Amino acid sequence: MRDLPRHNARLAAENLTVTRGGVPILQGVSFTLNPGEVLILRGPNGSGKTTLLRTLAGLQPPLAGEVQAEPETITYGAHADGLKATLSVEENLRFWASVHGQSDITNAVEGFNLAGLVERPSANLSAGQKRRLGLARLLVTGRPIWLLDEPTVSLDVPSVQLFADAVRAHVAQGGAALIATHIDLGLEAASFDIGPYKADPATASDPAHSDGFDEAFL
Amino acid sequence: MIALLIRDLRLAMRAGGGFGLGLAFFLIVSTLVPFGVGPEGDILSRIAPGILWVGALLACLLSLDRIFQLDFEDGSLDLLATSPIPLEGIVAIKALAHWLVTGLPLTLAAPFFGALMQLESPGFSWIFVTLLLGTPALSMIGAFGAALTVGLKRGGLLMSLLVLPLYIPTLIFGAEAATRGMAGFSATTPLLMMAGITAGSIALLPFAASAALRVNLR
Repeated sequence: MRDLPRHNARLAAENLTVTRGGVPILQGVSFTLNPGEVLILRGPNGSGKTTLLRTLAGLQPPLAGEVQAEPETITYGAHADGLKATLSVEENLRFWASVHGQSDITNAVEGFNLAGLVERPSANLSAGQKRRLGLARLLVTGRPIWLLDEPTVSLDVPSVQLFADAVRAHVAQGGAALIATHIDLGLEAASFDIGPYKADPATASDPAHSDGFDEAFL
Repeated sequence: MIALLIRDLRLAMRAGGGFGLGLAFFLIVSTLVPFGVGPEGDILSRIAPGILWVGALLACLLSLDRIFQLDFEDGSLDLLATSPIPLEGIVAIKALAHWLVTGLPLTLAAPFFGALMQLESPGFSWIFVTLLLGTPALSMIGAFGAALTVGLKRGGLLMSLLVLPLYIPTLIFGAEAATRGMAGFSATTPLLMMAGITAGSIALLPFAASAALRVNLR
């Protein structure tokens, strides 16, 4: 079995203002995600779900507010799966496992029904199979907090079920997941609608950044 | 970190990985120059160190944009940036992988290609030694240029313009050391200068490159 999460899987956002292309897009976002919880992130296209997830994952700094999570507890599942086309399914998974200091990939292979595909170069996988492999990566990171950006794109109904089972097993072990999605995953989860946090660019700028230097040049 | 190095080397060896691209370009340059310059052996042997150095430099430049661009496009770079490996380490490992795939084969092949240009026998070891000392700097400076331009589509032109001026000191001292050594003069000063550039870029540029990557990942 997979290692139980070694860290505390608590993630909190406090009065967060996030920017896309230098323009504030969400402001005053606050929520707490506790271990064992799943939070579904809702919002129409372009409302800033991806930007919020990238900010939480630490890929971009927030304009204001702060993200509270223990270091090295978060793994981010983006639109792109981060697969190398010329590596086989097994090589892809083993790479991500060893980057995260893990060695066991059987759980991930079985959890996402990839057993028959391990030898196949990922260039020859279908879109849904690639997605399954990308999601299986989450299991080999051993990290307790999953931030997922529309994880079910191009998955068929049984695969969505596999994914929901994987999330359930993950939270049962004390993990947590924040999932941006438009479909019903059948999970017992709270919803978090980001619609009300839409930023007003006139009021959202932080005085510390108001000289415009950073955003103009970086 | 070892896993990342192994993955990058494996990717380079697989189909479309770009291993041999630099080497083939280097061979083309060393084959065509004698045709262009004409059959006078003394002219050829006099310009051989400089031509070999320029050829190696351009061959190096040819594969630079692959260092981060492919990982950026398939999403791996986002995932690597959130992985336990520090971004500085990722840059250093990727530069090392680039050197092992490009710089090292060029260094090993240069004495043989030198024979095509009537390089005289003391020149073989000098061209080998100077390239061995200088090509790590080419890979490291190149990784910095690649990190600066990673988000840009078709960023290759801009990257070449950014990187070429930074390559010039290495080229001057490398070709100078090879020419002086071949002629029987003392080459210690240019060798030391070039070793200094290499050591300095290996020490400093991973930090600069990872800062550039952080900005480009936003």
